[in-house]
Amino acid sequence: MPDRKQAPPIVDAVNFELKLKQAEKFSLDNGVEVYAVNAGAEEVLSVEWVFYAGNWFEDQNLVAATANFLLRNGTSSKTAFQINEHFEYYGSYLNRACYNETATITLHCLNKHIKELLPVVRELITESVLPQQELDIYRQNMKQRLKVNLKKSDFVAGRMIDAFLFGENHPYGKFSRLEDFDALNRDQLLQFYNEFYRNGKPILFVAGKIPAGLDVVLNRYFGDLPFGNAEMKNMEQQPVDQKKHRIINDEAGVQGSIRIARHFPNRHHPDFIKVMVLNTVFGGFFGSRLMSNIREDKGYTYGIQSFLQNHIHDTAWMVATEAGKDVCEATIEEVYKGMKLLREEPVDEEELLLVRNYMMGSILGDLDGPFQIIARWKNLVLNNLTEQYFYDTISAVKTITAEELQLLAQKYLQPEAFYELVVV
Amino acid sequence: MIQFEKFTLANGLRVIVHQDLSTPMVVVNIMYDVGARDEDPQKTGFAHLFEHLMFGGSVNIENYDEPLQMAGGDNNAYTTNDLTNYYIQLPAENLETAFWLESDRMLSLAFSKKSLDVQRKVVCEEFKEHYLTKPYGDVWHKMRELAYKEHPYRWMTIGKELSHIENAQLQDVENFFFKHYRPVNAALVVAGNVTADKVKALAEKWFGDIPSGEKYKRNLPQEPEQTEERRQVIKAGVPLDALYKCWHMSNRLDSRYYIADLLTDILSGGGSSRLYQSLVKEKQLFSNIECHHFGSTDAGLVVVEGKLVKGVKMEDAEKAVDEELEKMKNEPASEAELQKVKNKTESMIAFEDMSVMSRANSLAYYEILGDASRMNFELEQYASVTIEDLLKESRTIFRNSNCSTIHYLSEN
Repeated sequence: MPDRKQAPPIVDAVNFELKLKQAEKFSLDNGVEVYAVNAGAEEVLSVEWVFYAGNWFEDQNLVAATANFLLRNGTSSKTAFQINEHFEYYGSYLNRACYNETATITLHCLNKHIKELLPVVRELITESVLPQQELDIYRQNMKQRLKVNLKKSDFVAGRMIDAFLFGENHPYGKFSRLEDFDALNRDQLLQFYNEFYRNGKPILFVAGKIPAGLDVVLNRYFGDLPFGNAEMKNMEQQPVDQKKHRIINDEAGVQGSIRIARHFPNRHHPDFIKVMVLNTVFGGFFGSRLMSNIREDKGYTYGIQSFLQNHIHDTAWMVATEAGKDVCEATIEEVYKGMKLLREEPVDEEELLLVRNYMMGSILGDLDGPFQIIARWKNLVLNNLTEQYFYDTISAVKTITAEELQLLAQKYLQPEAFYELVVV
Repeated sequence: MIQFEKFTLANGLRVIVHQDLSTPMVVVNIMYDVGARDEDPQKTGFAHLFEHLMFGGSVNIENYDEPLQMAGGDNNAYTTNDLTNYYIQLPAENLETAFWLESDRMLSLAFSKKSLDVQRKVVCEEFKEHYLTKPYGDVWHKMRELAYKEHPYRWMTIGKELSHIENAQLQDVENFFFKHYRPVNAALVVAGNVTADKVKALAEKWFGDIPSGEKYKRNLPQEPEQTEERRQVIKAGVPLDALYKCWHMSNRLDSRYYIADLLTDILSGGGSSRLYQSLVKEKQLFSNIECHHFGSTDAGLVVVEGKLVKGVKMEDAEKAVDEELEKMKNEPASEAELQKVKNKTESMIAFEDMSVMSRANSLAYYEILGDASRMNFELEQYASVTIEDLLKESRTIFRNSNCSTIHYLSEN
């Protein structure tokens, strides 16, 4: 009979030598860069076209997101229905998404269908017409969706805290209003499409069990396009002055959405990687201080997290949770107590080893499979980092000391630097 | 084709090993054959509350999460109306930690009062977050009660009402544990960078001496055939009118299940699907519309749900939905349309199978359904569906006497 009181011996994950599988990098004839990770057993592929066409580049709210959405809704020779039918017939998924700096088209498919699909992706990039009728339907349906979302306290809190931090005119702080949808017009969208997609600057990320000759095929369909350059203009942050906000969104609400956040530099700042470790201790995983105290000890919430927002430019460090209406203030108090503890007492070695092991195990698990590996590379490339950043992260996880963490807590976890918001 | 090896311990625990040497990780997945359908109607939400309590310490191990995190592992769990699943992912070197933790909580929980007190509150907050504060958040509570009169699918996994969770007692927890969380009612899957020999040795060592327990004999009231249309109107402070319609379908093991699954794909689930193209794009009656099904083990429901464009009359919207369903019943789908949804299913399975965790989860699921090897025959089942099957199944499902409808109306 095994001794159940005694934990089996473990290999500390902190001793693992983690390697980031190399991405192959090559250029198409027109200079477009392609990063490719060849891995996995299934005959599947993902191809992502990342354009510098996020809301950073728009002059009017929602232009970037709408142009991105309508990419799939009509070209000079195909209707939205025909485009959808084509991709769906081959069991593929064609998605698009718009972020702050970038906007993407993503194709997931079985390898055997790739040649049927790439020509139509090319057509979306070169021949989209963003039909007026499609715009009208989109506008109507998005306004309806917004009305529903505005009833949700988490949705409202999420956009308000961003606006407080960055200002409503900054790409990270702006949000959609009903009148923004009304103001959209097709000419403006076409102009944006023309500048940032048809003549834009894409980077391609390919992953899966890559068939021989895919580079030639990519070059055939995308190597002759007139791709240019997108200048990223400097956008000034305009944070609001008042730090504490309490909002009633629903008189009958039974929970409050809490957001506590401060500004934080981007990944190029030397503190960033180290604060990733501090953040993990604080609220970055299930065993974190916030989770253990506020969920597992007090039962105030179903979940509480802290995280560094995933921005390319200067970003924010945020705590987010939904808590019972009557315990919102108590929850906020506990968050500040958690900060105080990190400022005043060094993290003990046992806890720190646990966090190191957890982070290493989770990075190891995260590198499992081609899509996960290419996601790492995409993150490096778009943030203008090299693979050294990956190894620096590993090194910080392995070697950061309790004293360094305490110093970082004293530097950053100061309550007066934080915005505080509750939306009921 | 997913390769695996299966053996059963003397106490009845089924163990499945799936080797994949391309990953440095290993997944340990334990599925218990118990879900919300097995609850006492007066104590609903219990299977799910119980899932939370499984993390509150076991008889020899005070804290479940910390040793696992120390071993570089991560875990989670979920409860459905049919089953409860616990899964761990950790570096292969530390596999034994997962065996130690999972076997101890199968042996016995600590039954801590503090854990029960806290998790009752946590689950109440989860209830509020997902069902009380969200617009339309109560609709599935209402719809289940309308569509099911006898079968325990008439309540949701989270429970019928907050009070059932608030009133849970430690004795209930203990009874539930020893009734359902026994080796004979579970399947263990180990997948990833392992050998079958190693898993056999570890399984014997850690799970071998756990008392078998009694095989749970499920004897649930079956839902009688619905014989007349059911309707309900809800008025609430939501911004838009919404239409919800449900029809009873077959159980998971019936070959008709695959036909219904493809039917829902034809109707919805893509920009070229029928309901979206006709009702959102052409007629512009709905701002969104979806068709899906519960995927439940016992006879489930096919669902159509959509939000109406402001100003559209509910009766016009509903009539248009009915017209699309009449088409399904009366006009054969084209070969290309059927091929499209089959292709979609094929690629969906391929993408799911990329992840070791998903493979482990599927093996456990099919084992609990009766046989893990079913996993490798799913695609064939879909491939054999014909145009005639679609017509016939549409006529069986989409009958008014088989239908429950909710009009969820905006008070504003």
